[in-house]
This record gives sequence, structure tokens and C-alpha cells, in this order.
Amino acid sequence: MKFRNGMNYNWNWGIFWEPSPEGVGTYLDMLLSGLRWTLATALCAWLIALVFGSAVGVMRTLPGRAAQVVGNAYVEFFRDIPLLVQLFLWFFVLPELLPPSWGIWMKQMPNAPFWTAVVGIGLYMSARVAEQVRAGVNALSKAQGMAGTALGLTTAQVYRYVLLPMAFRIILPPLTSEFLNTIKNTSVALTIGLLELTARARSMQEFSFQVFEAFTAATLLYLVINVVVVTAMRFLETKVAVPGYIAGK
Amino acid sequence: MFQNFDFDVIRRSIGYLFVEGMTFTLTLTGLATLGGVILGTLLALMRLSSLPILPRIAATYVNLMRSLPLVLVIFWFYFLVPYLGQWITGAERPIQVGAFASSLITFTLFEAAYFSEIMRAGIQSIPRGQVSAGYALGLTYPQVMGYIVLPQAFRNMLPVLLTQTIILFQDTSLVYVLSITDFLGAASKVAQRDGRLVEMYLFAALVYFAISYAASLLVKLLQARTAIVR
Repeated sequence: MKFRNGMNYNWNWGIFWEPSPEGVGTYLDMLLSGLRWTLATALCAWLIALVFGSAVGVMRTLPGRAAQVVGNAYVEFFRDIPLLVQLFLWFFVLPELLPPSWGIWMKQMPNAPFWTAVVGIGLYMSARVAEQVRAGVNALSKAQGMAGTALGLTTAQVYRYVLLPMAFRIILPPLTSEFLNTIKNTSVALTIGLLELTARARSMQEFSFQVFEAFTAATLLYLVINVVVVTAMRFLETKVAVPGYIAGK
Repeated sequence: MFQNFDFDVIRRSIGYLFVEGMTFTLTLTGLATLGGVILGTLLALMRLSSLPILPRIAATYVNLMRSLPLVLVIFWFYFLVPYLGQWITGAERPIQVGAFASSLITFTLFEAAYFSEIMRAGIQSIPRGQVSAGYALGLTYPQVMGYIVLPQAFRNMLPVLLTQTIILFQDTSLVYVLSITDFLGAASKVAQRDGRLVEMYLFAALVYFAISYAASLLVKLLQARTAIVR
């Protein structure tokens, strides 16, 4: 590619096959290792987001006033502070507030940026998952829950066997985009030293000065992840669709 | 737990934090919202137009932006804007762009993708009959859009647009990756200088929380008010 006016940028697409300054592997290997960290962080964080998000989301649909207040406070707390600041709180602030021995353990933990990112991004996303779960349960007709109770099911059983299986099917599309957001949000963790895809593209740019090759490769990898996730979720949606309902046939 | 705290560091740096940091953050939020809504509306109109290619271009742009992490986009534009400037003005070498201009271009172009999806939903919520009625009265396309469709779409979508603005406000903290002195950047610089990470980051979290929470309460109030009218 050549710009007019003789732009002084030297394209070098062969850079990916040149050895990286880390000693082992090429620049391409470096980016792929970043991709693996991105995926590992996103998957672990998503697990936390689903577990905590479902619990809080259910809480916010319960009739009790206390449960709703706690649920609302939880969602507001994680929604109204930027993710970057939340990661700093987990990474820099929390170890100082704990008893000294715990703080030292946290700071010396191997892969501390990874675990911090998993917890920080997981809880941040759980507030969004909670909103979706609540919306999904509220979208069901009240009669479904009542029918369950009339059959002699306990509240826990009504949620487990009647409400949640339907609610999760309804919110599958928005959950897909929340999962994609989780993947994208892992890039924020480069600020606490996680060597994920964007961080790797950035260091490739710093070492080799091939800015646009590095970022193009990262962009393409993110696009591939997106396509794979969206395709897989579409498949899942048709697989679990309830006949006569939403996407059902 | 709080015995080693030095809350005075906040009082000492409060001028720097707000006059320099928060001014940057709020100006960036305001201007990027304005630019993002205008560009987003244009993208939405392109996407819904019956002309060839235009919907395709808009859809590709929106989907591309929405697939990428904002941090990566910030880096992209930080390095790309000087070259784009050179290309547009035909200068000899890449143009030096300041931190603010670079951030503003990035956030406007990035958030436009999100605003365009909101405006698209807003435009599609207007009954087709209104558009037909407008054409039947002899109005042109700009008149139909400008006098009939967009004012209603904008009004219907105002709560969602404002919620997106709160998200944008929080997103601006990511300019931290370019070592820019926005509110978080200012807090971080004081924190590093005085070795007071705990106090400064807790304070930053508190300020972001207070502003975002107050703003989201206002949006809820507005939503309730506009809901009554209809």
C-alpha cells in the first residue's frame, strides 16, 4: 500500500515471521500468546459473571424488599465506576486494606494480573448479566411461577425448573453481546500488566516500529473471535429454542 | 485499617484533579457526545437509506467499531491520525496532533457506531405512514427527516442516548493508556508522585460513582416524565 505525497511509513508484512526480542518465537507467536491470554481471561471472567449475575439477577426478582435493595446496590456499584478504576481498586488498593499477611500473599501471587482481571472483569460484567437475568425473568408471565407454586414446588424449585430455563433462553441474544463485551473488556487489563492481545500488539509496535501491521493483526484476530462467538451462539440459540416461542419453530 | 491514611493528599491536589483532570474529562465527554450523535445519526440515515452501497458502508463501519476493544481503537487512532492529517492536508510529514484532539477524534468516531444503533432504533420506531404523509405533502427527504422523523426519534431515544453518554463518560478514563491527564490520569499522577495509591484511587472511584449515579438517577426521572406525556 502506498500513500501519495510519499508518506514516510515503511510497510513490512514479513515482520510477523521475524524473531521477537523475547528470545523465543516470532512476533506472530507473541500475538498468538496474547490471544490465548485474552481468551483464558474472558472465559474465566465470564464464568464469574454468569454465576454472580444469575444470583443477583434472581435476587432482584424475589418479592422480599431486602433482597431487592441489596441487588440494586450491587448493580449500581459495579455499573457506576469505570472498569479501569475497578481494576485499580482490586490490584492496588485491596491488598493495602487487608491484613498485611493477606496483602503480601496477594501481591506475590503468581499471575496476579490474570487473577485480578478475572475477578475484576467478572464482577463488573456480573452486574450487566444480573440486569439481563432480571429482565428475562420479568418477561415471563406471572402465571408460570404461580402454576409452579400450585404444583407444590418450593420457590427454589420454581426458579430452577420453571423460570430460569425459560428466562435464559429468552436472554440468550443479549447474553451473547455481553460475552463479546467481556472479551473486549479484557484489553483494559493491559493497564495492570496482563499480556493479552492488545498489550502484545502494543509491545510488538514498540519493539519493531511496525505500528499498523501489529494493530491490523490484532484487529483481524478480534474480528475472528467475534465471528466464531456469534456463529456458535446462533447455533446454540436454534438448538435450545422452545417450539412456539421466540426463535422456536 | 484507615490509620495510615493521608486524606490531606486529596485536599492538596483537589485543584489539579478538577481544574485540569475533570475539565479534560467533561469537555471530552461533551464534545464526543455531540460529534458522536451527529455522525451516528448520519450513519443511521445511511444505513436505512434505499440507495445502493450506502447501507453496506454504514453497516460495515458500525460492526467493525463494535467488534473492537476501545483500548485498541485508542491506540489505532493515536498512531493513525497524524498520517491521516498528512494525507488530508498534503503535508510533507505526519502532522503532530495534540492529546486532546487525538482523543476527541477517537471517541467521536468510536461512539458514533453506538449512537448510530440507538438512532436507528429511534428512526425505525416512527410509523412509516408519517414518512409517506410527509412525501404526500410534497416535502423533500431532508424536510421529512428534519421536521418529522428525527425530532421524534431523538425525543424517544433521549434516555438511551443519555445512558450511552454516561458510558462514554466512564470510557474516557481509558485515555489513561496514552498517559493523558484526564481525571483518572491526574489522580494517578498524584498517586505515583506521593506514593498514595490507596487514597487517590478510592477518591477517583468515589467521584466517578457519584457523577454516574447522579446522572443515571436524572435519566430515570426524565424517562418517567417523558413516559407520562405519551
